[in-house]
Amino acid sequence: MKKTGIISAIALSAIFTFSAPLMAAENTILESYRAAARQENPAFKDFSSTRGQAFHTAKSGDLSCASCHTENIKAHGKHATTGKDILPLAPSANPDRFADAAKVEKWFKRNCNDVLKRACTAQEKGDFIAYTLSVK
Amino acid sequence: MKKLLMLMAVALLPLTALADSDNKYGGENRGKPLLPKQINAKWQEECGACHIAYAPGLLPADSWRKLMSGLDQHFGTDAALATNENRAITEFLVKNESNRWRAKSAPLRITESAWFKAKHGTHEIAPDVWKRASIKSPANCQACHLEAAQADFNEHRIKIPK
Ligand code: HEC
Ligand code: HEC
Ligand code: HEC
Repeated sequence: MKKTGIISAIALSAIFTFSAPLMAAENTILESYRAAARQENPAFKDFSSTRGQAFHTAKSGDLSCASCHTENIKAHGKHATTGKDILPLAPSANPDRFADAAKVEKWFKRNCNDVLKRACTAQEKGDFIAYTLSVK
Repeated sequence: MKKLLMLMAVALLPLTALADSDNKYGGENRGKPLLPKQINAKWQEECGACHIAYAPGLLPADSWRKLMSGLDQHFGTDAALATNENRAITEFLVKNESNRWRAKSAPLRITESAWFKAKHGTHEIAPDVWKRASIKSPANCQACHLEAAQADFNEHRIKIPK
């Protein structure tokens, strides 16, 4: 029993490490937003990369997320006010993205405030991350 | 006669030195060096995300204190930090403030200080240059100072973009 337990644990971890890059649900930060979205809205179904993409380019006032991160999130962005270079947002072009939960939450707070003048919902954040993960 | 002149020059030396460091630009002078040897990594990361991390020696301590207490509304953007990060970064900035600033003033912008205006007057840079898309803002130091992020503003490393 103990032995099979260990073996299946090894087998499972092997499946997870090998399949991780293939699965849409690989990102632990995305998973925590999924839990938050369920809390926020009992009718929550799933995140949508299509909705995330629309959110990325939707203007609110003069600004959209794309104003600084550009429409092509595999490319370098440019800060709309200061002109500073911003590294690509898509994890396929910049593996450091969506890897540090505190950093992700900090920038969602700041950038949603700047663009929308309010906090983003867990649904919006999850849609957005799903979109960035879908860009290969 | 020659001897007398020499004597006068020697006597005047400390005076000119004083004028240079203390009264230049009405007391609003940047420090030297601009960056300390020990760099705070949090400062570099946090204050270098939206623009270059402006060296602490560019402003006096009171400017940094004021700026750091209003980060939630920082020049029209939200740059708020966790309390402990804010404290550590404020400490770093205050400790390495401009050591040649003698005025009581404490502007929030580097670009509003007298030393900045004197070095970037119309004799050096025509007013319409600032409006170029490649520059956009006087705060965009690295548009012209190629090594600004390293606090290197040496005139040999300036290239004004078209
Ligand atoms: C005014 C410019 C600006 C706008 C507009 C903007 N961002 Fe950002 N964003 C930044 C900067 C600067 C960073 C931090 C620098 C970096 O990490 O490259 C950042 C980082 C992020 C990160 C951190 C990702 C990570 O894991 O490193 C996320 C998430 C993010 N932005 C989402 C958004 C969303 C969503 C919007 C639209 C609601 C948006 N941004 C609009 C400038 C902007
Ligand atoms: C979320 C983006 C963001 C972050 C993070 C940020 N800033 Fe800024 N900062 C700005 C913007 C936007 C301006 C206005 C730029 C302009 O006028 O061209 C600015 C301007 C400044 C100026 C005035 C420049 C001048 O002389 O005109 C100083 C000084 C400054 N920031 C210091 C800091 C410090 C210190 C930190 C770290 C605690 C910091 N900033 C973090 C966005 C940011
Ligand atoms: C439009 C281009 C431009 C921008 C933007 C700019 N500078 Fe300058 N800067 C110059 C020029 C030109 C000089 C003059 C050099 C000289 O005196 O010969 C200069 C001089 C200086 C000097 C004096 C250098 C010395 O050796 O005496 C400092 C320090 C300096 N700038 C800092 C800054 C800082 C800090 C910023 C951003 C807040 C900035 N500059 C933005 C063009 C620029």
